[in-house]
Amino acid sequence: MRMAVLIKQVPATENIKIDEKTGTMIREGVEAELNPLDLHAVEEAVRLKERLGGEITVISMGPPAARRAIASAIAMGCDRGFLISDRKFAGSDTLATSLTLAAGVRKAGEFDLIFAGERATDGETGQVGPAVGRYLGASVFTYVSKVASVEGGRIVLERAVEGGHETVAAPLPALLCVVKEINTPRLCTLAGKMRARRTEIPLLDAASLGIPDAKLGLGGSPTKVVRVMYPQITRNGKIFSAADDPDGAVRAVFDLLREHGAIEEATSDAE
Amino acid sequence: MPNSRGDVWTLAEVRDGAIHSVSWELLAWGRKLADKLGSRLASVVLGSGVADKTDSLIHHGADVVYVVDEPELATYRPDAYNAVLVSLVKEYKPEIFIASATTTGRTVMPVLYVDLETGLTADCTGLDIDPETKLLLQTRPAIGGNVMADIRTPNTRPQMCTVRPRSKRPLAPDANRRGEVIVKRGAAADLASIYQFLSFDREKAVGLPIQDAEIIVAGGKGMKNPKNFALLEELARRLGGSVGASRQAVDLSWAPYSAQVGLSGKSVTPKIYIACGISGAVQHLAGMSAADTVIAINTDPDAPIFRVADIGIIGNAMEIVPKLIDMCPGGCGRKGGEAR
Ligand SMILES: Cc1cc2nc3c(=O)[nH]c(=O)nc-3n(C[C@H](O)[C@H](O)[C@H](O)COP(=O)(O)OP(=O)(O)OC[C@H]3O[C@@H](n4cnc5c(N)ncnc54)[C@H](O)[C@@H]3O)c2cc1C
Ligand SMILES: Nc1ncnc2c1ncn2[C@@H]1O[C@H](COP(=O)(O)O)[C@@H](O)[C@H]1O
Repeated sequence: MRMAVLIKQVPATENIKIDEKTGTMIREGVEAELNPLDLHAVEEAVRLKERLGGEITVISMGPPAARRAIASAIAMGCDRGFLISDRKFAGSDTLATSLTLAAGVRKAGEFDLIFAGERATDGETGQVGPAVGRYLGASVFTYVSKVASVEGGRIVLERAVEGGHETVAAPLPALLCVVKEINTPRLCTLAGKMRARRTEIPLLDAASLGIPDAKLGLGGSPTKVVRVMYPQITRNGKIFSAADDPDGAVRAVFDLLREHGAIEEATSDAE
Repeated sequence: MPNSRGDVWTLAEVRDGAIHSVSWELLAWGRKLADKLGSRLASVVLGSGVADKTDSLIHHGADVVYVVDEPELATYRPDAYNAVLVSLVKEYKPEIFIASATTTGRTVMPVLYVDLETGLTADCTGLDIDPETKLLLQTRPAIGGNVMADIRTPNTRPQMCTVRPRSKRPLAPDANRRGEVIVKRGAAADLASIYQFLSFDREKAVGLPIQDAEIIVAGGKGMKNPKNFALLEELARRLGGSVGASRQAVDLSWAPYSAQVGLSGKSVTPKIYIACGISGAVQHLAGMSAADTVIAINTDPDAPIFRVADIGIIGNAMEIVPKLIDMCPGGCGRKGGEAR
């Protein structure tokens, strides 16, 4: 099985702190990490390799520091990695990112299966995976919660959708955006870390991908961010202490629920 | 393209053979945009056996309904859906095309915009028309709701986005509204699919999927054990709501992953969110702080969940939740009322 995994480096979310006074996010000194949802993509590829054999290529587009994320995926059991990086990619929206990533995937080799995360915890669009799949002409599966079988050039899998799970099938090559429930990612082993350190991660730049400049970066992005705001998420609600006023608290909730029609008038009369 | 501006389109969603209510929410957004542009509002329906079910779209605000009713479209097949939509868009050239940020919408649109070479903005919570440029202004949260961004698609058409479910109420239906229904055949080449739908396994959860729920009773590690967690199911059942959970509760297998609320779970926008034994970590708040009303029950007066609560109760959830359950003895509220 020839597999690729798309991973992104994102600001580490456990370090996100909210400024108590302004209610906004403190961004200074926030470390970068591998997008936590992409760990499940890496893990699923490694599990399939253990079952079916093959090779896994990790691909990430980002600044040179994203090499660290690629190395940690290699430490989990992937075999090789490519970094797609160039100043010209700066400001890419999801369309330009997907076009660039698809070109990078093509450059990296031919693949039967390509894995992506459900979404990145910074941009949170979930658009890059399916779009890369479309550019590559692969079968596209989002919200994949289980790979049932990969046999005879065909994949059968489950998708977690509203209200349940559907089982679907399509021919390879396929791009799978996986959800968290698909597996529990393993930790890197020491041997894996050593191997990662020895593995060279070649660079793919704009020139090597052969995409016209007009389609790259900010200029190649149809969407433009015109304003960024930091909303305050404080509400100043009414706080009751159950110890001091047990019934007052419950009564307040009751009134609120009744106001919303969640509890009928008749019930209150019966009380 | 100033003079020949196209229509505003919404993608209707069909579930279990019927138009789903998220389609009406989209029409409420779309109506506002179309009125500001002075253009028509159209809804696109793809499915099988849906041609006679489009009235509700017109009653909820659509001027035009495009229906492609073919057996091949009975289930969501990415390639066939995409090809049919590409053909429709190329023929009618809409100015704006919006879909719901459901699992289907979030798959259809990112495939379609590649073929149309236009912009796509994910999971918007606000839409408007810029009065000067007449461009679509798309507002969306990012980084767990800590940032809100305004995004535009100035040069390519259609301007596309997905819209978070429950970010707007449907308009009150008007059974006297009239509109035009245009039934299109799908081209054989468009309908051909490499995807095979095999089966659907329905989840046996209390109430609706949390993304659709008006009331969510959510629990965290503070519920202590699965037996206590079941109290939340009881309360949810009686209120006609659904059960949500923090990541800790999901990791402890007290609730399925489909119930997880937050950064690595679902973003929910219910009318009422009742958080029981949830500390309110930023990653959790990311998924629920857009709820209309938040009720929090926690023993720790300093728990961050109280910062986003409209009603906070400092106390033991195992004592308070049963009192709330007792408030509606035989099961009450919308859903419960029917069951009585
Ligand atoms: C990358 C990343 C992604 C994440 N994504 C998510 C996500 O999607 N969703 C999510 O929820 N979390 C997520 N988390 C985890 C998040 O940081 C918190 O760990 C988690 O939300 C805490 O869950 P909790 O509130 O149930 O548990 P805790 O933080 O342990 O809180 C339990 C609370 O219960 C209270 N309590 C104890 N006893 C009682 C009692 N008898 N009655 C009432 N209250 C009581 C305590 O005071 C405490 O506040 C993520 C973390 C990371 C790093
Ligand atoms: N710059 C990137 N490099 C590699 N993979 C990416 C990149 N951006 C997004 N992805 C992949 O696409 C998924 C969805 O990302 P997003 O659309 O940004 O939410 C991620 O989980 C990754 O698997």
